[in-house]
Amino acid sequence: MRKAARLIPAAALFSFALPADAHLVTTGLGPIYDGIAHLVMSPADVALVVALTLLAGMRGARVGRTILAVLPISWLAGGLTGLGLPAASRLEWTTGACFLFVGALVAADRNLSTGVVAAVAATVGSVHGFLAGSALSTTPSGGFELLGGLVAMLVVVTLVAGVVVSLKVFWARIAVRVLGSWIAATGLLMLGWTLRSAR
Amino acid sequence: MRATRETPGRTRRAILLLALALASPPSGAWAHAQEGKADGFLTGFLHPISGWDHVLAMISVGVWGAQLGAPAMWLLPVAFPMVMALGGTMGLLGIPLPHTEAGIALSAIVLGAMVFTEARPPLWVAAGVVGVFAVFHGHAHGTELPPGENGLLYSAGFVAATGCLHGVGIAIGLIHRWKGGRLALRAAGAVVALAGVFFVWRLFR
Repeated sequence: MRKAARLIPAAALFSFALPADAHLVTTGLGPIYDGIAHLVMSPADVALVVALTLLAGMRGARVGRTILAVLPISWLAGGLTGLGLPAASRLEWTTGACFLFVGALVAADRNLSTGVVAAVAATVGSVHGFLAGSALSTTPSGGFELLGGLVAMLVVVTLVAGVVVSLKVFWARIAVRVLGSWIAATGLLMLGWTLRSAR
Repeated sequence: MRATRETPGRTRRAILLLALALASPPSGAWAHAQEGKADGFLTGFLHPISGWDHVLAMISVGVWGAQLGAPAMWLLPVAFPMVMALGGTMGLLGIPLPHTEAGIALSAIVLGAMVFTEARPPLWVAAGVVGVFAVFHGHAHGTELPPGENGLLYSAGFVAATGCLHGVGIAIGLIHRWKGGRLALRAAGAVVALAGVFFVWRLFR
């Protein structure tokens, strides 16, 4: 009963707690963390990285390790190029196209060679990095934000590739293919949205 | 005896804490979501499950796939979203597709009949039947999309909900391995087909 007497007032106090203001809205966390947060919390960015990693992870550990190097490097190269150029708003459609292309490859589950997967990752990574860099070109600390994005990408690629490579159950592979088809379908609809907006 | 004395006390305490938590006035968290984004995903997710014609047809695809077994069971859910998205894109772009609503109503009749009769056509025929109806369903969704929604999140929610409905259908269809389950599925197929007849009647009355 004494426990309850302590627990109930404590619960009541917690329930009526004032806002903590713990998200540093005004101060921010700095450009590196902003870059990390941007990649992790932007569905378009993170979904494309996950899709490319699924594609590589399905082909085994060797391709997974290759993508771990190719994707971040190509993304950074594209991003640095984009930093020097004004916002490339006319290339918005490429995000939908990349979703469609990579998602369809995951859904098809073809036996692609390491070179083909690396070429796909390099192309998509550099295009997407270019868009990210171009969007950051107007901010004063775009380079650091790009660096933060790179760190987040390395973590996401490592974790997702590790999980996918370890999938040995037949059903898990089917689930990855279904996920690929969802990504492709989303990309196709995004293309439709972009084309409708452009009209 | 001791346990019987303690149990009501614990229950009272648990009820009291739960009531306290529910009664507390929670304020909106707005935890990092940019305005309108979560709304886009949720609106997209709710769209396919907001109409019985879509729900019954999508679940029937999953049930029929489970009746057909591998590879149809997983091929249909892999192919369907992409074909449906094609129809959705046509709708988004304003490309007309005549008798869309009739096609959707017909999909419930045909897919219900397939489940009812436990039809086993060749895989390409099954995929073709499902694919044709997927275009109608996608087109209707694409045409009805509300303006101003976030394209990516709306599309992701919309596709995920469709996939989940297939998953529900496949899960229901797994009772196919038992004799009673097979009968129940056939009965469910008949109900879906009858619902399709009702949808058609509602269109032309």
